Formats: sequence, structure tokens, C-alpha cells
Amino acid sequence: MSVTVTRRSNASTIFLIVALLAVVLFVAAPWWAGRAELRLFGEFFLYLGLACLWNLLAGYAGLVSVGQQAYVGFGGYLLFALAIHFNVHPLLIVPVIALLGAAISVPVGLLVFRLHGAYFAIGTWVVAEVFRLSAAQITILGGGSGTSLPVSVVKSIAQSRSDRESYVYWAALFLVLLIVSISFAFLRSRQGLALTAIRDNEQAAESLGINISRTKFLVYVLTAALTAALGALIFLQKLRISPDAAFNVNDWTAFVIFIVVIGGIGTLEGPIIGTLLFFLLRESLADLGTFYLMILGVVAIVIMIRAPRGIWGFISNKFGIELFPITRRVL
Amino acid sequence: MQQLLSIRNLSKSFGSVLVTNDIDLDVPQGQSVGIIGPNGAGKSTLFNLITGVFPPNSGSIQFNGQAISSFSSAKRCRLGIARSFQIPQPFSGMSVFDNALVASAHGAGLSAKAADAAAIDAIEKTGLIEKANVLAGSLTLLERKRLELTRALASQPKLLLLDEIAGGLTDKECQSLIQTIKDIKADGVTIIWIEHVVHALLAVVDRLVVLDFGQIIADGDPEITMASNEVREIYTGIDADA
Repeated sequence: MSVTVTRRSNASTIFLIVALLAVVLFVAAPWWAGRAELRLFGEFFLYLGLACLWNLLAGYAGLVSVGQQAYVGFGGYLLFALAIHFNVHPLLIVPVIALLGAAISVPVGLLVFRLHGAYFAIGTWVVAEVFRLSAAQITILGGGSGTSLPVSVVKSIAQSRSDRESYVYWAALFLVLLIVSISFAFLRSRQGLALTAIRDNEQAAESLGINISRTKFLVYVLTAALTAALGALIFLQKLRISPDAAFNVNDWTAFVIFIVVIGGIGTLEGPIIGTLLFFLLRESLADLGTFYLMILGVVAIVIMIRAPRGIWGFISNKFGIELFPITRRVL
Repeated sequence: MQQLLSIRNLSKSFGSVLVTNDIDLDVPQGQSVGIIGPNGAGKSTLFNLITGVFPPNSGSIQFNGQAISSFSSAKRCRLGIARSFQIPQPFSGMSVFDNALVASAHGAGLSAKAADAAAIDAIEKTGLIEKANVLAGSLTLLERKRLELTRALASQPKLLLLDEIAGGLTDKECQSLIQTIKDIKADGVTIIWIEHVVHALLAVVDRLVVLDFGQIIADGDPEITMASNEVREIYTGIDADA
């Protein structure tokens, strides 16, 4: 019997068109959006990137890290160090920072992979704290109080402020598109099939020939590299870095976990929906101060109880649709 | 005859309980072996030792002439040992086809096109083709048991370990399962089958091994073994010599 295997569906084709239109719109944003919107979009992309990566790590590989701020801060500090003391163009060194992020994640990974489950989570957090305390010792980068990017470095990106902000914005857009594309391509690949199997059942995956620890380690290193690149852009946008901001567990992990869990963990669509909802809530409730955080907490609890697989898990369960064509269908 | 599987002095204990007690077992290429024994006799433990879920306390396992005791489960699968789990372990969020593809791509190590074909082939053999695009999590218990067999087959095994795959089936379902396993056997796959549904086992196997308290207490021709005193004793609880 001859059969064809396809992955495309109507939903995924429509989504592709909508996504392409959105990309065109966002690429052109510096010409139609105001300064504040541009900054908001940039931040949105960077959070979306963090969420996609944490989702790969926790949602697929089962590695619940609460220490990804280690790589955010590492990337940010590396950018400042290289730009200030080695006089390199800040945007051009982002790929180098990703490689160095991968390099540092190998020994860190070898250490934390000795731990499992809750111990792994705490272990990654401890590592991030060690990173933070180490960064506070670097006196040439301002020690505990941090430092700002010198005007000469800022000017090296572009002479005018609006040009510089556009470049950093495009870099963030490019990076998040890269992260989503890499996640998508990875999940469609042979390794991605293995990773999805690990997500669903580690015992069965192992018994069917999948090298679980190797696959998980690969995901850990990949996400560390891209998280470091995101960290570099986050602090290039802020122009100022300090240990407490760079290695902040709230900003770079807790909010990201919130995004992924409410959006739908273990799906590619989940982080996108979660980031949208997070920014909607943040922008509409930010004036409420502490109440804003309490409302976030209530939203998270309600969704975890009513739809444990998140908003996207609920939708895809109900309608059986998939926006990113990953599942193969036999015709 | 060439021995595909060769087990020597294999022992495993959990705490003070000796679950596998100095087992020797040779299975030649192409043979179908049934294993019976009361609950807790160490049948599933034997499978877990062969597939490397946990290491033995002592003894050796050779597969295809190679000592495999130090290999991971994944590596043993890639060498050609596949199993079905007694309690089905589906990849719930993946389709039936993707479930089989995991086995053909990673267990059998086939490349894209060949892996697709092998997955489809296994799904057809086990009668799940109508469900190929359904998420494994939505299958019924019986379909999940078939999926266990499907995945094991898709990994292109030399040795297939079946763990209570006929339990809970209706007579008709059982007959079709027997036919499926006979076909697999006819393809030259060596089979070891743990089963409480003895009539299903007897319809297929060439040899019957009886386990009790972690030891092999009978081994040989299925009909003769079933009629032996040891087996009657275990299944009736009566001392047959008395």
C-alpha cells in the first residue's frame, strides 16, 4: 500500500499567511509605530524568545529550570564587557555571546544534570545566584551597583537615537524569529521526534532507542546559547546593567514560567499566546501596583485548575488544530 | 543452533527479596518461548533485566554473541531487543503514526522515508491503520495494547518481548492477536511472551518456561510442561505428588 505522509493542514496554512503578514508589519514598525510602542514590541519579542526557550527546556525535555536568569545575565554582562573593554560593535557580538553561552552551559550542565526533578530546579537557581554574586565582584563593570553603556559605545550602534532604537528593535525581532524557527525546525526533525517522545513518556522513549540524557543535554546547551543572546539584547535595550537586574529570578524566570504555563506548556503555540496575554494584562493593569501581581497569580491559578494544559492545550484539545505543522498525518 | 539470547546465573534482588534467582536461559534464533508463572514470580523483572531497565546483582546476558549487561535500554533496543509494556506506555500527545515512527527512526535507526514505511507497515500489521492519525492518548485500553506491539515491531526487532499483551481481550480479539503474533513469528522474529492467557500462548509458542519464586521450575515442550506436576501444583495449589 502506498501512503503519503504530510504535516500541512488548513489551520497551519492560514497561520503561516497571518504570521508572514505580522512579520512584514513588525519589520516596518519603526516607520509606523511610536517610540514607546517600539520599545514595547521589542520587549514583547524578547519575552517571547525567553518563553519559547523555557518551554523547550521544561515543556519538552522535562528540565524545569528556575535558573535561566543565569544565562540572561551572562549574556548581558558579556555584551557590556566586550563592548566597553574590547571596543566591539554591540550588535555584531551577539552571535559570539550565543557561542560563549553554549560554552559556559556545558560545565554548568554537567554539574546540574547530576540532580533531578525539584533538586534540578533548585540547583539551577543556586547556579544563577553564584553567577549574580560573581558579577558583583567584577569591579571594572561597576561591581554590585552595575554600570551603564558609555555614550561612545551607544553612538557606535547609530548616531541618532531613533536609528539606534530601530536597530536594536530589528535585532530583537530577528532573534525571536530565529528562535521560533529553530524550535519549529528542531521539533520537526528526528531529534525533535525524540524530544516529543521524551515529553510524553521517558520510560517508553528510552526503551525505543532514544538516548535521553544526550537529547536533554543538547536542548540544555541550545537553550542556554539562545537565552544568552536574548540577555545581550535585553540589556542593550536597557543600556544599563546591574547584578540584581541581570540575574533577576522574577523578571527572567518567574514571569516566563507564568507565560508558558498559562499559554500551554509543551506546545509551540503556547508561549506565543501566553506572551500576548501577559503583555495585555501587564499593559492594562500596570497602574494597579501590587494588585497587578495578585491578579497575575489569580489568572495562573484559575488556568491551572480549569485548563491544566494552558490556553492552547484547551483550544487544540477542543478543536484538534495545530498552527505549527509538526504532527505527521497519514493520507 | 545459534543462541540469540543467552542468560547465565542471573540474579536480582530488591532489598532482601530475591526476585530473580540464578536463572540460566538460552533462546535460539527464531524460537518462540512462552513464560508463565504466578504473580510475583519474577516474569516482568526478567524482561526488565533483559532490556536494561535496571542492572542485575550478578550474572550475564549475551545477545547475538555480545555481552549487553552494561548497555543502556536505548542501546539494547537499537541492537534489536524490543518490548511491550504490561501497562501500556503510549506517547499520549503524539499520533499513533508518530508513536510508531519514534521506534522506526530511533529504535531501528532508519532514515526518513524508510522510517515512514516501516512505521506504516507495523501499524498495518497490528490493525491500527484506521487510527494512524489519532492521538495515542485517546485510544482505548485494547488499542493501547496494540500500540505497544506496533511500536515494538516498528523498531525492527530480532528479539520481541511481549508482556501480557492478551489480557482483557475478547475471544475474537484474542484470535486476531494470535494471528498477528504468528505472522511476526513467521517473519523470523524470536519471541519471548509472558502471558496469563495460556490458550493464546499455547497457540503460538514452541517452548514453555515456568517461573516461580524467581527460578525456572520447568522448561520444555508446551503441552508436556503444562501437564507437569510443577505447573499443576502452582496453578491449583495442590501438592500433585501427594
